[in-house]
Amino acid sequence: MTIAVSDPPARMTHGFDYTKLVLYGIALVLCVLIVLPMSWLIYYAFVDKNGAFTFGNFVTLVNDPTLLDPLITTFTLAFSTSLICCIVAAPMGWLVARTDMPLRRTVRLLVTASFVTPPFLGAIAWELLAAPNSGLLNKIYRVVTGAAADEHLLNIYSFSGLIFVIACYTFPYVFVLVANALDRTPGELEDASSILGGSTWVTARRVTIPLVLPAILAGALVAFLQAMTLFGSPAILALPAGFHTMTTKIWSLFQYPPKPELAAAASLPLLILTVLLLRAEHMILGRRSYAVLGGKNSDPRLIRLGWMRWAALALCFIVLLNPVFLPYAALFNATFSKVASQFITFSNFTFHNIHFVLFELSATKLALYNTFVLGIATATIGTVVAVVISYLTTREAVSGHRALGFLATAPVAIPGIVLGVGLFLSYTRPPFVLYGTLWILLLAFLTLAMPAAYQQMQSALKAIHPELEDASRILGATRLKALRQITAPLLRTSVIATWCFVFVGTIRELSAAVMLFTSETKVISVLIFDLNESGDLAAISVLGLIMLVVTSGIVALANRLRLGGGSVRLRDN
Amino acid sequence: MKTKFTRRDVLKVGTALTAAAVFAEPIRAAAPPAEAITPALIEAARKEGKVVHYTSVDLPLAEKVAKAFEAKYPGIAVRTERTGAERVFTRIAQERSSNIHACDVVQSSDAAHFVVWKREGLLAPYVPEDVAKHYPAAHKDADGLFASYRVFLCVMARNTDLVKAEDAPKGYRDLLDPKWAGKIVKAHPSYSGTILTATYQTARDIGWDYFEKLAKQRIMQVQSASDPPKKLALGERAIMADGIEYGVFQAKETGKPVDVIYPAEGSPLIIGPNGILKSAPNPNAARLLQNFMLSAECQQFNVDLGGLRSAHGLIKDKPGRTPMKDIKVMKDDAAAVEKESEQIKARYTQYFKV
Repeated sequence: MTIAVSDPPARMTHGFDYTKLVLYGIALVLCVLIVLPMSWLIYYAFVDKNGAFTFGNFVTLVNDPTLLDPLITTFTLAFSTSLICCIVAAPMGWLVARTDMPLRRTVRLLVTASFVTPPFLGAIAWELLAAPNSGLLNKIYRVVTGAAADEHLLNIYSFSGLIFVIACYTFPYVFVLVANALDRTPGELEDASSILGGSTWVTARRVTIPLVLPAILAGALVAFLQAMTLFGSPAILALPAGFHTMTTKIWSLFQYPPKPELAAAASLPLLILTVLLLRAEHMILGRRSYAVLGGKNSDPRLIRLGWMRWAALALCFIVLLNPVFLPYAALFNATFSKVASQFITFSNFTFHNIHFVLFELSATKLALYNTFVLGIATATIGTVVAVVISYLTTREAVSGHRALGFLATAPVAIPGIVLGVGLFLSYTRPPFVLYGTLWILLLAFLTLAMPAAYQQMQSALKAIHPELEDASRILGATRLKALRQITAPLLRTSVIATWCFVFVGTIRELSAAVMLFTSETKVISVLIFDLNESGDLAAISVLGLIMLVVTSGIVALANRLRLGGGSVRLRDN
Repeated sequence: MKTKFTRRDVLKVGTALTAAAVFAEPIRAAAPPAEAITPALIEAARKEGKVVHYTSVDLPLAEKVAKAFEAKYPGIAVRTERTGAERVFTRIAQERSSNIHACDVVQSSDAAHFVVWKREGLLAPYVPEDVAKHYPAAHKDADGLFASYRVFLCVMARNTDLVKAEDAPKGYRDLLDPKWAGKIVKAHPSYSGTILTATYQTARDIGWDYFEKLAKQRIMQVQSASDPPKKLALGERAIMADGIEYGVFQAKETGKPVDVIYPAEGSPLIIGPNGILKSAPNPNAARLLQNFMLSAECQQFNVDLGGLRSAHGLIKDKPGRTPMKDIKVMKDDAAAVEKESEQIKARYTQYFKV
């Protein structure tokens, strides 16, 4: 391999190795980002109103039915969602990875589309579709069957409705895990089974399914986690139905008169459970390596489904109707209709909603500005920090790099709403009063984005062998120079992809933002949430479509770079 | 009979008069002199260039008033921060404790908030000319800190396609009939000041047991008091148990199938005062906005387009709407709401689970 060296060896310098400084600097930043809010959270959970130590908050938590009921509801909700996700997503993952079903790429792309739809927006769209009386689907049902005016097919304002909507935007996690696991599983194992006389179905049952079982289990845990920590969809659908989940309850504890101690105490079980579930996921996925043993792999053999491949495709599209086609159609309809619950006709077509949002609604401009400033800042800073950390950890550049890696992944265990509570408690009082500025939101978004950004950059860096840099250093470059001249150009596409995904994740964040915003620092997701509370559905549809267009544009850009996509875990809120 | 003034009598009267003059301030309170909109005020406001209004008025109407102000006083942008009155209150408290001063003028449909803000010294005195001349004493603060920006009722309503007038419930107790189960939409007192005030008055006049029983009717629980009329207009629910009268008027007058029901037991009276914060970052624009919002022009606009009622003496009701004097109205009591607010919210949550 030839390496262009711009500097002649004569000017070889042994510059100061700045990496130690960078390590300590970043470690300090990460500590402040994570440790500070979590410490305040724990502190508050164990003190009473006067600041004295107490277990009273937990006693209240367990004894007060208005606090205990949401806890039980949340577990039931998370368990059911997880089960449904596995039942739907695992077969779909298998279909796109292992069969000759047509349009497999398109199906994968559409699953990505449901990935990037903010769950709160999906929930609002489903209100338009399946509110028992005004929902568009129920209207169609009544027209088709001639049912009475107060009969309905679907009721989204119900526990099962909420489970359904959450499952719509959670199943991609399971799908991606299963499909990726199957992509990586060598075809030889299945071939061996066939050669030994196993039929297609025997092979599937005795080889393929056991191989992906860890992925399915991990997917189930992730789905459980998502459903448990989700805030937007329950806030929109559970309250009208007359129940709370843990996240909405924590949020309501901040309404006047605020009870931060109780909110902190209620946040701790969510935090602990998340940590445990992630440990479990790690253990399950950690065992998977046996699946990729065995030298050179060939592409897996595709199973011929025969005529059933069309049935399989139809099934996939029926599933995808729910998170993608129907909700987008409903938002589009509401955008241009005079009454959000009526189908567009010539007589009720209107541009008024768009005009209202863009020119009359005085909050729009500021919210758009804040959202983009925060999106760009979070994406840029987050990517830079992620690059540096993953460099230090993958190259084992300095001692203590492991701790750094741990700190960067730790926020994955902090649900958005819990982080929101922690940041609120940390930064509304001296010495750091950041509440009311964009900084506090930037901190929240950076913390939430760090794990995904770090994981993505780390896998990109692992793919670049250190010998390229070593060569550069042997020829006299300092570490930073080798980084700039060798590593940076090789990393360019991954960096851009990471930037895109952090940006997308940031502009749709709701659960932390809803705890931390002030009138001056409102973002689009919070504005949508506000509008939902006063029932301005048409305005929401316009803002939602704007958000979807921006998001899809950026995701399409990232996909053109053929990076990321399914492998990144976007955070839901 | 001839009355003869002695020196002593004259002295007595003189002392009394002096005493009256000295104590007049505290007794009559310290309302500053009324102020008209002067070119100097407009100029000073224009230098500030913007004004931020925290309000709980239904968003489209609040934005229309803001646009009317901007049209009249070009160069001063209004930013409307609309959310439920109880959220406005939380927000003001949070921002104050973090030393954030973002809000200039504040409006709340929970008049009790102004009792608190006045006690805590948050409000700046300012009396617009119209308030001094045309607002009855009950609708302005004695110290000139706030005045009633809007008056309206919290009412029941029906979707006219789904419920015929003769079948409609006549009062709150009628809603407890099993036939309305699953057909009612209702707003929340932890979000909406209108509903908090109304819940106080309703519970006081007809009893908490009404709410306890209503909670078993599978109601659709929304947050804002301006949402139930919208849910009726969509056809999502047939009956609204509580919500804003002006929202129903607006919907009805734009052709939506809704109509007001004034409950037989009486309709809760809601008063939404407007006041300037002492910490207003744009004090002159705040005064101009306060003056504009309480003027006959803006008040008539609110009545005609918004369906609100007004405390302003010169304002005429819009024909076709039931005048206030023909409606049985519950008595408002901001001081009592202020005392019981926390308890009302807790009890409501206990019955309705959210």
